Amino acid sequence: MATIQFDNLGHSYHPHPNRPEDYALRRLSQEWEDGKAYALLGPSGCGKSTLLNIISGLLVPSEGRVLFDGLDVTRCTPEERNIAQVFQFPVIYDTMTVYENLAFPLRNRKVPAADVDRRVRQVAEALDLTADLKKRAQRLTPDAKQKISMGRGLVRSDVAAILFDEPLTVIDPHTKWILRRKLRQIHEEYRLTMIYVTHDQVEALTFADKVAVMYEGAMVQLGTPQELFENPQHTFVGYFIGSPGINLMPCTLGNDHALVDGIAIPLPDRAVPSVGGKFELGIRPEFLELTRSGSAGAIPVQVTGVDDLGTSKLATVRLNNHTLKVRLSEEQEIPALDAAIHFPTRWTKLYRDSHLVG
Amino acid sequence: MDKVQDNRAWFLIIPVFLIVAFSAVIPLMTVVNYSVQEIFGPGQTFFVGTEWFEAVLKDDRLHDALVRQIIYSLAVLAIEIPLGIVIALGMPGGRSAKTSLTLVLLALPLLIPFNVVGTIWQIFGRGDIGLLGATFRAIGIDYNYTNNSAHAWLTVLVMDVWHWTSLVALLCYAGLQSIPPAFYQAAKIDGASKWAVFRYIQLPKMRGVLIIAVLLRFMDSFMIYTEPFVLTGGGPGNSTTFLSQYLTQMAVGQFDIGKAAAFSIVYFLIVLLFSFIFYTIITRTGEGEKK
Repeated sequence: MATIQFDNLGHSYHPHPNRPEDYALRRLSQEWEDGKAYALLGPSGCGKSTLLNIISGLLVPSEGRVLFDGLDVTRCTPEERNIAQVFQFPVIYDTMTVYENLAFPLRNRKVPAADVDRRVRQVAEALDLTADLKKRAQRLTPDAKQKISMGRGLVRSDVAAILFDEPLTVIDPHTKWILRRKLRQIHEEYRLTMIYVTHDQVEALTFADKVAVMYEGAMVQLGTPQELFENPQHTFVGYFIGSPGINLMPCTLGNDHALVDGIAIPLPDRAVPSVGGKFELGIRPEFLELTRSGSAGAIPVQVTGVDDLGTSKLATVRLNNHTLKVRLSEEQEIPALDAAIHFPTRWTKLYRDSHLVG
Repeated sequence: MDKVQDNRAWFLIIPVFLIVAFSAVIPLMTVVNYSVQEIFGPGQTFFVGTEWFEAVLKDDRLHDALVRQIIYSLAVLAIEIPLGIVIALGMPGGRSAKTSLTLVLLALPLLIPFNVVGTIWQIFGRGDIGLLGATFRAIGIDYNYTNNSAHAWLTVLVMDVWHWTSLVALLCYAGLQSIPPAFYQAAKIDGASKWAVFRYIQLPKMRGVLIIAVLLRFMDSFMIYTEPFVLTGGGPGNSTTFLSQYLTQMAVGQFDIGKAAAFSIVYFLIVLLFSFIFYTIITRTGEGEKK
């Protein structure tokens, strides 16, 4: 187990990068705690796999350092770093049995046979592979093969971290859910440092203690699922996390309020620098309130549609040219003619050039 | 529902039927026909039953040729398969000028007509003007493939290795290239040694192409004719007379059509039998490990 530190880390596949776009991973300094489960979340091509490969040691970063427990491991091989990694597609040794597959990383490290046996049986039990231990790995289903891959990652108890690179891609939805819970359980039991790459927000939020959201090579926010939901530091986080994502409207700045098409919307009581850049106002559909016009601070809107989602309702409203989503409880009535919305100050966010400023 | 009943389907299979008949069935049956007849000339034939087959099975020269042939083919496999694997493992991967150059160099021997290969080695091995022969002579080895059986035999073998190892190497290379990089990364992370990577990743992934390589090299070497014919003409003595040479001598040289036909059928069955044995052994090795 180890604390993982990034010191001015950056990577570019270009030989002479000079623009920020040349970087697959933009400058990053951070510390990841020992024994926590982290998720790297972002769309494909956002740099999450690059970062993962740098952590695992399959890729040497072009800039900066990686430290495990304060020790510079930037140029160390995966073996020297003592990490385990599970890949997107199952990697199994065809000619071996499931047991031999699971024992392989231990036997290579000359672990005593009795310990190997104990660990393998433990991991097989956790992953539901006990019945298949004697079978040839090649004959199993893709699901089971991926479980073997994961098992080989989990079988070593002394690893610095276990890295998962979208490990559930090939697994069917039901098994996916079970495996994710299994991983979560294993994490809680052994307190291993786990890093989990995915483009699926549900996977990231249910698995991790902390989620790092990546966008165009930059890590735009690292936080708990709650922080990402309540306080998105970047419009991309607002849009990517939550379904539907955050409502965004271009705006200009007044004294203590934002102006959307001349309509004043109060802002949280924070000093907002009114200099340059493109300003946007953001609020989550869950926090936007639908009322009747006339009440204090309510802005009249037109309701254009309501989707009943079973457990909640999702209303689509128009404010001039802006379309906003509002999440409502099942019981709440929707005013037909005199609908209005209210922006609770606490949840109203102001972004300058996509970054949260107030 | 009305069923349309006619025989139009037969028209559709006629082309294939004719092609197979003229390319395989009729020639083969002609040989079977010859093998049970004594033939003196056109129209002068009479039925002899299994007499030719008995003669073939008792033919001492044929036994010698068969033993020579089996040793030769096994030697070819024992050298070319491991050598091909080693070359494939050492080849550069990815798309680079180095890769292209290696592929072209390896493919070159495969593009040379068989009798030209024989001629190249015939000149190469000559003691007076050939590079190989002259070099041996210069360092004091009395190398002469025209009168020393062992030298002739080894020269034919080395020539085959030179000619065909590329094929094995290229097949293995194709097999190696199909292994996703994640396998090597996982092996690294699992702490696998180079030998373990070869034994548990590369070799199993090459199994398919190796089956093809072994079968192709076995069948081709078992039927070798042109190169030794050009290089040594089967000599000195009968030392490089393999089955095909002997068959040709019998059929064309001695015009022993009936016996040669019986020989052909036996030859065909031997190739079939050996190929079947090899195929079974290789696939079973894989299956056996599954249990």
